[in-house]
Amino acid sequence: MTATLSSYSLIAIYSAMAVYMFAFIAFTLDLAKRTAESSAPVAQASVNRVGVLTRAGGTTATLERLDAAPVVPTRRISRFERVAFALTVLGWILHVVGTVLRGVAAGRVPWANMFEFSLTASAIIVGVFIFVQLWLDLKFLGAYITGFGLITLGVGTVNFYVAVVPLPPALQSYWLVIHVFVATLGTAFFAIGGGLSIIQLVQGRREAGKFESAKFLGTLPDAERLETLAYRVVVVGFVFWTFTLIAGSIWAEHAWGRYWGWDTKEVWTFIIWTIFAGYIHARATRGWRGSRSAWLAIIGFTAVMFNFTIVNLFFKGLHTYSGLPS
Amino acid sequence: MALPKLGFVGTARFIWRQLTSMRTALLLLLLLAIAAVPGSLFPQRAADPNGVTQYFAANPSSAPILDKFQLFDVYTSVWFSAIYLLLFISLIGCVIPRTMHHVHALRSKPPKTPARLERLSAFAAFDLPAGETDAEGKPFTAATVVESARSMLRKSGYRTQLFDGKELSVSAERGYLRETGNLVFHTALLGVLIAVGIGGSIGYTGQKAVVVGQSFVNVRGAFDSFNPGRLFSDDFLQPYRLVVNSFHAKYEAKNLDALGEAIDYTANLTSYGPNDPGTKQVLKVNDPLRLGGNEVYLLGNGYAPKITVRDAGGKVVFTDNVLCLPQDANLTSICTVKVPDGLKKQLGMVGFFYPTASPLDSGAFTSVHPDLGNPLLTLRVYAGDLGINKGVPKSVYSLDPTGMTEIAGGTATTPALELKPGETATLPGGYGSISFENASPKAAANDLSKSVKRFISLDVHSDPTQGWVLLFASLAVLGLLTSLFVPRRRVWVKVIEGEDGTLRIEYAGLARGEDPGLDAAVADIARRHARLLGLRLAA
Repeated sequence: MTATLSSYSLIAIYSAMAVYMFAFIAFTLDLAKRTAESSAPVAQASVNRVGVLTRAGGTTATLERLDAAPVVPTRRISRFERVAFALTVLGWILHVVGTVLRGVAAGRVPWANMFEFSLTASAIIVGVFIFVQLWLDLKFLGAYITGFGLITLGVGTVNFYVAVVPLPPALQSYWLVIHVFVATLGTAFFAIGGGLSIIQLVQGRREAGKFESAKFLGTLPDAERLETLAYRVVVVGFVFWTFTLIAGSIWAEHAWGRYWGWDTKEVWTFIIWTIFAGYIHARATRGWRGSRSAWLAIIGFTAVMFNFTIVNLFFKGLHTYSGLPS
Repeated sequence: MALPKLGFVGTARFIWRQLTSMRTALLLLLLLAIAAVPGSLFPQRAADPNGVTQYFAANPSSAPILDKFQLFDVYTSVWFSAIYLLLFISLIGCVIPRTMHHVHALRSKPPKTPARLERLSAFAAFDLPAGETDAEGKPFTAATVVESARSMLRKSGYRTQLFDGKELSVSAERGYLRETGNLVFHTALLGVLIAVGIGGSIGYTGQKAVVVGQSFVNVRGAFDSFNPGRLFSDDFLQPYRLVVNSFHAKYEAKNLDALGEAIDYTANLTSYGPNDPGTKQVLKVNDPLRLGGNEVYLLGNGYAPKITVRDAGGKVVFTDNVLCLPQDANLTSICTVKVPDGLKKQLGMVGFFYPTASPLDSGAFTSVHPDLGNPLLTLRVYAGDLGINKGVPKSVYSLDPTGMTEIAGGTATTPALELKPGETATLPGGYGSISFENASPKAAANDLSKSVKRFISLDVHSDPTQGWVLLFASLAVLGLLTSLFVPRRRVWVKVIEGEDGTLRIEYAGLARGEDPGLDAAVADIARRHARLLGLRLAA
């Protein structure tokens, strides 16, 4: 039963990878198409009519509003983008099915070793990307996110795969559900923030007169807007990360007898927390807004990835749950 | 360029200003992140003392230099401490004036309405034609319109103030909680640091390995190792005794990918104390025992074969459960036996215990399962001076055979001793005999599953402030949430009376800090206010 379910899980994951690959291609084609479109007229900021107020008596008053929001060029959503996003959603559904099946096969949450964690983390990253669209239109990050998901799943299935094995006693705790899940959510928001910051840096250079050839950037928000978006996303990630740190400490107290012991994983979680704390402060520090704070967000996300891969595999410590032979 | 002389006070003030500036705080924060990195690259004495010993053995030339820079004690090092102490001083220097400023702001009224609201980032307005009347048929006046705006804003949690200059207006402010949360967050971090510091200096940790059937009394001398805080005194030790009744280890037996992997460890104990005549307790890995301010953890386990040594005349000179330290997941363990008295020379033995022994091609053994399937003890025996009479402390878990003669195993003519539970072997050289006692002699002859007792490693901790650490950490999260997500904004509603009797109502907002929802909030206020005036938004 376990073997059957885990093989179905793998089939779903491989299918998700194939669909993500097409989504990635479509998102890339969309970016290419944006290059051709970027000369489209730009909407002007002006006094906008928000609506007309009417009275029972029939007289009307006009409610007007100065549109102070940054100018975002209007453009028609390309067919490529629509197809790409639909494929991303399809791939994500397969991805979630694969991840859930793995959990059912193991009879527990699917994030107890590095292979399972790559499945779950990338599913949550793509999921956050999909659902964040309801709040902010960040579809221009599609190529970055699907590419990221594809690489994570690829490395996960090829390099980190382990068969379903029972949980060692140290992991048998409900904190596994809470601590790791929240860490994954935090990672997802940091991933999107990192992507926005990368584009912000490139956009900033274009605005400074470099990269004239990268015309598709003209269809994306300006650097300042990207910085604001990145900040809003990273701040959510930071809250999750803070919670991860505390939940991890409580669990460490239950399992290892101390809430903090400078274990290598604890050290890196602390380093990441500190980098993002720095990022948030940089927003309020003169001379640190703009590209410097963007670099901090990118370094922070790089540290998150480093913590997941290099620290797990090559550093000695108590968090040795990769499940891989050492 | 000649710099003006600052003098002592001036210099001190200059340094203080620099230290408490945001830029310095940010640099210290990033420096702290960088300074924490080496602690993950080099083994740390606090977390991994064996790793440090191994590092010294592997890098004898570079290790002392690294040690000089405290790279094996990064988190208690002078440089790491200097960074975080400076950071916290900078934090205090930032939080105190901000708190005073905030207390003042909490008591003061919202500021005067700006002259030209349309210059603000969020703005909305509409005109009310002359002669419009409210629901009761009374004509609108500037006073009634402003008053209705004021009561509406008040109900939404704004603090309001009316201004009557050239035009009548209401100034409102909300989101004081944002700054409060921010200050709570930073103060709570200070609280965490202080609580951790106090806990570390009055708490203690101790380790004790207890063989099943034996007991542990919580006094300092009973621990195998004991690490007290700087201000610790023996009075802090809670009086209690723990008896280990049984220990059960469960290993995977079905899943072929994980055969023999541990899936559960459970120890059954009985605790005794001044007011505790004996309580049954269950101790598991993720489920510590909490005894009067102490936490007792199950951190490890292993086998403790009972070994008895008799002299040539048959007199017992040594008998004990020897704690064998596990080396791998199948519990291949290293055992050390020291017989200091009763024989013509001191004897030292070192060897391996295999719970389920299986021969390798090389002739050596390995354990293939952590349960007792085919228990085997192999020992090399040395005779001579154990070096424990000179008063130099020696670990009971290791043997230094320098200066001793090997009489069994290795270079000796007699091969290493191999014993199964219940067996006895003659010690070469007329030293007598050694027995590996069977812990359950009444079991069937081929059933050795209970023939060797287990020991469990207990970790005893006392950290009186960890509840405080958790409290401050939780406060920090609450503070963080309010400081990041409660918008702080000022809103103004102004009524301008036109010469023809039209009333132009203006709404404007100003963000203080990050406030992505400001535009929407101002538009919403305008809409709700319009509805309150009896007007309705058509489209």
